[in-house]
Amino acid sequence: MKLTNATFTKERTYSLLFRNILLKLHKEGYFMHEWALAEAILSSAKQIAEKERVTTVTEVTIRVGELQQVEPPILRFALTQMKQGIFEKTKFRILKAKSTLKCRVCGTAWQYNTKKVDKATSEAIHFVPEAAHTYIKCPKCGSPDFEIIAGRGVWLEDLKGVK
Amino acid sequence: MIDPRTSIISNRLSKINRIIAVSSGKGGVGKSMVATTLALSLTMNGCKVGLFDLDFTSPSTHVILGAQDLQPTEEKGLIPPTIHGLEYMSLIYFVGDNPAPLRGADVSNALIELLAITQWGTLDFLVIDMPPGIGDAILDLIRFIGRIEFLIVTTPSLLAFETVKKQVALLCDQKMHIIGVVENMKQDKARGVESETCNLGLKFLGDIPFDSQIETAIGNSSLLLETAVGKKISQIARTNILAEKKKAYYGLQSNDF
Repeated sequence: MKLTNATFTKERTYSLLFRNILLKLHKEGYFMHEWALAEAILSSAKQIAEKERVTTVTEVTIRVGELQQVEPPILRFALTQMKQGIFEKTKFRILKAKSTLKCRVCGTAWQYNTKKVDKATSEAIHFVPEAAHTYIKCPKCGSPDFEIIAGRGVWLEDLKGVK
Repeated sequence: MIDPRTSIISNRLSKINRIIAVSSGKGGVGKSMVATTLALSLTMNGCKVGLFDLDFTSPSTHVILGAQDLQPTEEKGLIPPTIHGLEYMSLIYFVGDNPAPLRGADVSNALIELLAITQWGTLDFLVIDMPPGIGDAILDLIRFIGRIEFLIVTTPSLLAFETVKKQVALLCDQKMHIIGVVENMKQDKARGVESETCNLGLKFLGDIPFDSQIETAIGNSSLLLETAVGKKISQIARTNILAEKKKAYYGLQSNDF
């Protein structure tokens, strides 16, 4: 859809409103886990950029797994709040990955459904995804011995820049 | 795809002066008791100390400390809560009293996650209670914290010391610093472990008497420090750890990530 001036203004207003809400929540101590992960992403990206002698990073692609439930808007907000130096012009692409678990006992593979777990469990898995082995069991045989074969946490997928 | 978490670990630990892993080749030798009492003793000596329970599948330091209803605070990661003056981090905040059946790769992932998101701040010492053996946890610490020091716990049993020898061989081969060996649950005056330790070229830090009353001090940190075990570990802390010239380890190390 081509944005008209009016819709652009409306979208921009929402965007600013959303940013202000996030800033307020940030100051009140919410979503801080994403900050630590954003810091790790920038640290890792900086190491790669230095190794490749990139002076300006134009794009960083990040893959977030469903299991850890990192919220892309919050992660993006944290990244944009922290970016400086070689990241000043960086565009952050945040892609989601479905979380697939596979039972080591019976071989059943299934997708983790965030809506089926309570808030406390969801929060524990958010901080340490391996806590899933405490709360989740194979839907077929009931074993906690499963492998997280996709969509665990946060990965740095690609980096583009100018040398 | 690159795991970004590993690049931030060194930064998270940069304000900690010394990192001591309390380790053994064998389970059941009293690592958790030694680690917890050592951390409490260092705190009593005016040091700022953190305790990290890395025995994810069988954590017990929270029981020794009598920790209840503790949770970390979210602040650009997780800030460990304080108990008896210690900054304390454990997987129990996320799994409670439930079993955490983790395979090696899961242990490694959980360890990297907690090292990447825990904000320890400035500490004189971080004491780490290790799981037994030479598996994922010790290999990850060697990989990520090149400056870590090991305090090895054994019992008078030949079986325990046999596994200690393997752990020592690994650590020496990887050029890791070993503070020395403590002999726990000592019931006689035999000096076999002491002489074997010296044969390995390591410092024998002392023996800790077997104390049948130690169970009554579990969950009571003040009482724990007053037991024969507590007094001996405090003495080892003063003479072998606090007496050492403090090492200026701020900033990145060459083999840190």
